[in-house]
Amino acid sequence: MRYLPLSDADRGEMLAAIGVGAIDDLFRDVPEKAWLQEPIATLPSHASELSVERQLTALSRKNLVAGEAPFFLGCGAYRHHVPASVDHIIQRGEFLTAYTPYQPEIAQGTLQVMFEFQTQVARLFGCDVANASMYDGSTACWEAIGMARRITRRSKAILSSGLHPHYVSVARTMAKFTGDSLESALPELTAETDAEQLIAAIDAETSSVIVQYPDILGRITDLAPIAEAAHAAGALLIAVVTEPVALGAIRSPGEMGADIVVGEGQAIGVGLQFGGPYVGLFACREKHVRQMPGRLAGETVDAEGKRGFVLTLSTREQHIRREKATSNICTSSVLCALAFSAHMTLLGEKGLRQLAQLNHARACEVAGRLAAIPGMVLVNQSFFNEFTLRLPVEARPAVRALADRGILGGVSLGRLYPGAESLQNGLVVAVTETLTDEDIAALEAGLKEVCR
Amino acid sequence: MTVNPSGWRPTTPAKPANEPGEAQTVTGNRALMLEEPLLFEIGTTEQTGVDFDSFGLPPRGQAARSADGGSGGQSPSAGLADTSPKEEGSRLGGLERFCPIGLAGLSEPEAVRHYTRLSRQNYAIDLGLFPLGSCTMKHNPRLNEKVARLPGFADIHPLQPADTVQGAFELIDLVATWLIELTGMYSVAMSPKAGAHGELCGILCIRAALEARGDPREVVLVPESAHGTNPATAAFAGYRVENIPANEAGRVDLEALKARLGPDVAGVMITNPNTCGLFEPDMIAISEEVHAAGGFVYCDGANFNAIVGKVRPGDLGIDAMHINLHKTFSTPHGGGGPGSGPVVLSKALAPFAPLPFVERQGERFVLVEEESAEDHHAQSFGRMVAFHGQMGMFTRAASYMLSHGSDGLRQVAEDSVLNANYVLRRLADVLDAPFADSGPCMHEAIFSDRGFGEGLTTLDLAKALIDEGFHPMTMYFPLVVHGAMLIEPTETESKASLDQFITAMRSLAGRARAGDPSLKASPVHAPRRRLDETLAARKPVLVYRDPAPAEAAE
Repeated sequence: MRYLPLSDADRGEMLAAIGVGAIDDLFRDVPEKAWLQEPIATLPSHASELSVERQLTALSRKNLVAGEAPFFLGCGAYRHHVPASVDHIIQRGEFLTAYTPYQPEIAQGTLQVMFEFQTQVARLFGCDVANASMYDGSTACWEAIGMARRITRRSKAILSSGLHPHYVSVARTMAKFTGDSLESALPELTAETDAEQLIAAIDAETSSVIVQYPDILGRITDLAPIAEAAHAAGALLIAVVTEPVALGAIRSPGEMGADIVVGEGQAIGVGLQFGGPYVGLFACREKHVRQMPGRLAGETVDAEGKRGFVLTLSTREQHIRREKATSNICTSSVLCALAFSAHMTLLGEKGLRQLAQLNHARACEVAGRLAAIPGMVLVNQSFFNEFTLRLPVEARPAVRALADRGILGGVSLGRLYPGAESLQNGLVVAVTETLTDEDIAALEAGLKEVCR
Repeated sequence: MTVNPSGWRPTTPAKPANEPGEAQTVTGNRALMLEEPLLFEIGTTEQTGVDFDSFGLPPRGQAARSADGGSGGQSPSAGLADTSPKEEGSRLGGLERFCPIGLAGLSEPEAVRHYTRLSRQNYAIDLGLFPLGSCTMKHNPRLNEKVARLPGFADIHPLQPADTVQGAFELIDLVATWLIELTGMYSVAMSPKAGAHGELCGILCIRAALEARGDPREVVLVPESAHGTNPATAAFAGYRVENIPANEAGRVDLEALKARLGPDVAGVMITNPNTCGLFEPDMIAISEEVHAAGGFVYCDGANFNAIVGKVRPGDLGIDAMHINLHKTFSTPHGGGGPGSGPVVLSKALAPFAPLPFVERQGERFVLVEEESAEDHHAQSFGRMVAFHGQMGMFTRAASYMLSHGSDGLRQVAEDSVLNANYVLRRLADVLDAPFADSGPCMHEAIFSDRGFGEGLTTLDLAKALIDEGFHPMTMYFPLVVHGAMLIEPTETESKASLDQFITAMRSLAGRARAGDPSLKASPVHAPRRRLDETLAARKPVLVYRDPAPAEAAE
């Protein structure tokens, strides 16, 4: 078998050196009734590389590939062009096949990448510090709520109705076990966000207010008044960014007073991958860093005084603190963080701003064209590269009908909020630099048909 | 400061006597070993390595202009020279970002060189033996990478209509089927993002099952030798953590466990094979006792590589076990994630598994989400993560499973156990092996620092191993062995590779026992000498700060 270097002669020699007669002598602690005598018969035997590739390629062909269709889906996962060198970099074996950098003398590559990533995320979010990544945006969001509880010693969190429903759902699941109380509501198909209601709901019990920016419908709201109200009540503002490219065009949450900013970094460098692996972004104020979950790389010097990097503040973490740790998290998403970081390095500030401008201008153009279709209403006044349309018909069947025509036309709110009557005609459309004029014309024509 | 009983503490290295003969270079480079500054020291906010199509958009983004200009023939970035975000016709809600962000950019050749140079400062499986105990650093086949990048898997959106992603659901179902068959369990939750996330999933299933019974209970029993995530997970789920005592042979003390079981115990978390590298021979009896007391058995599957294809956890009475696809099923560790931690479940826990999951309904696959759950999965404890889990890891694992097949995976377990026992027996005369007398180990061998010369520690031996060209073993874990060295060679090491490692270890063990003070200075051949962890923690520098120069004035 091509992944196993030992020959039968090696095995024999090694058994002799160990002093046993047969391999099964090494498994003698296994209770007899749990012994499997043979390879499991319900599974196939080994296969050649060619045959495995053939089999899995056939499976992959059953899917409609985003890059081969007019594609307008967003809602927490965005399709941007990723430069070829990003994929080359993450496939360097020294990055791909390394472990968590517990031995810093021979892991400076990963550690420096983590430090650079932390700096990029902190600057993008307008925060003092950032960690070396979380599993994804939804888990980062929940961890932020827990962190706010530890800082404020309060356990009521107010979730904006514009927060991604999967993020709400994750927080609800976890809160059942931690005793946090969460307030949340369904979004409304209006141009205004729920900023005013959020401000009104803040009280002396509130630990944090969680606001997505831009929100699930694509709307952009000024976070400064919410931050002000939260701070006046001793609560924290947590901002959630699911489309980090937006921050090349719009003000960072940190600038507007957010205390913790989390997000999904997938849009930069990672690709769609059917939902994972992605990379959670997590940034906060310096004074709260010891309550922050997740891995951190920090600068230091070696015994000769040369600059180097190490994992630091690990006394927050489970392998040292065990049941008293800030979180049970034991890994991050370093390879995806590398992809994010390398893509961001290739963009630089200039490229990020260009990319953001391009996305926004393109989205403005598409929004104008689609809103002109009879019966169609553009819900948003503000948006970055994603906006919500109210269709004259239910959106979910419309999306399926578009898919039948080979068009991936957006995310229906019926998919995200099943059973919410008021949202069934809502369609969220994302527009990135990857769309061609033909794609846009196809969606326009398709929507005209399915909305008739 | 001693934080836990293993002897681990953050360290500040002693100043080394300057190595003679270390020729200095003007650049700080040493031939193939090239120093690389921070991105922010070499890049600028004006440099970029990406060119864009302009789509004929006007420079200031007058929106909603007819788009029939097309993009053909336009030079890249045409019309985008003005990077100011202030533009007429913008719909940004008056929140344009004017302040500088401070993101340094590099051109493509500079970026490729930056990361390539950094990569060369890493040790990796591709370079050599990486015997980190309980981490299963095995070879990562490149076929896995190729499969994961097939557009039909890599370039699909998680919210595409189900009919457009039937192949993706089928792939998830394929991996799920393998995991169920290999473990002899009833079902599997595929969405957890990593091992610790899988643990959480398993414990939350247990809690949900107990609550459904109206009896949530209070205590989870965890052996002291357990990985730190176990107690952290149990504590998160609201349980008080109590210790399960171990016996002299490094196994769970069954009698002591039986004595502690009672109506307050929700369950036990047991790693099997355990973190001392030993199989728990009483596992079936443990499960029976826990079940008799009304509790559940969680098994930490970190060490499944030792038994895959040889023993099915379902036959040991286990109720939940996470599987690290990045260990047993060869998906890359990536320098610390992403991982993937599906959880196999017993029939008793299956109804409580998290949403969403893929289900085969006749010829078609459906994704059971919140909306459809009420029909037939009303007891689910809820959603753990946005979307459906680590698809990119499922594709890699599928490629590995199909490659090895049922027979190959069984051979994996056998060779991994053989390699570990070979290392154990070849080193047991020069290093203290606390459990060697009790029989063979599984896929990892454990040693202690007993017998080392005055002032020398496990850390010193580990750092010297770096100079010999190996990644160190897991150090100071598990906590129950002083100065623990946990060595897991994995099945993908050849005998020649093991022999070279053993030669190096025997030499270092000899030097450690003889009290050779030069071990303290190691490593001397790595890109860096020992790093000051105490300084890093005392004055944390977690982001780069630009020096305060005069050039900001322009």
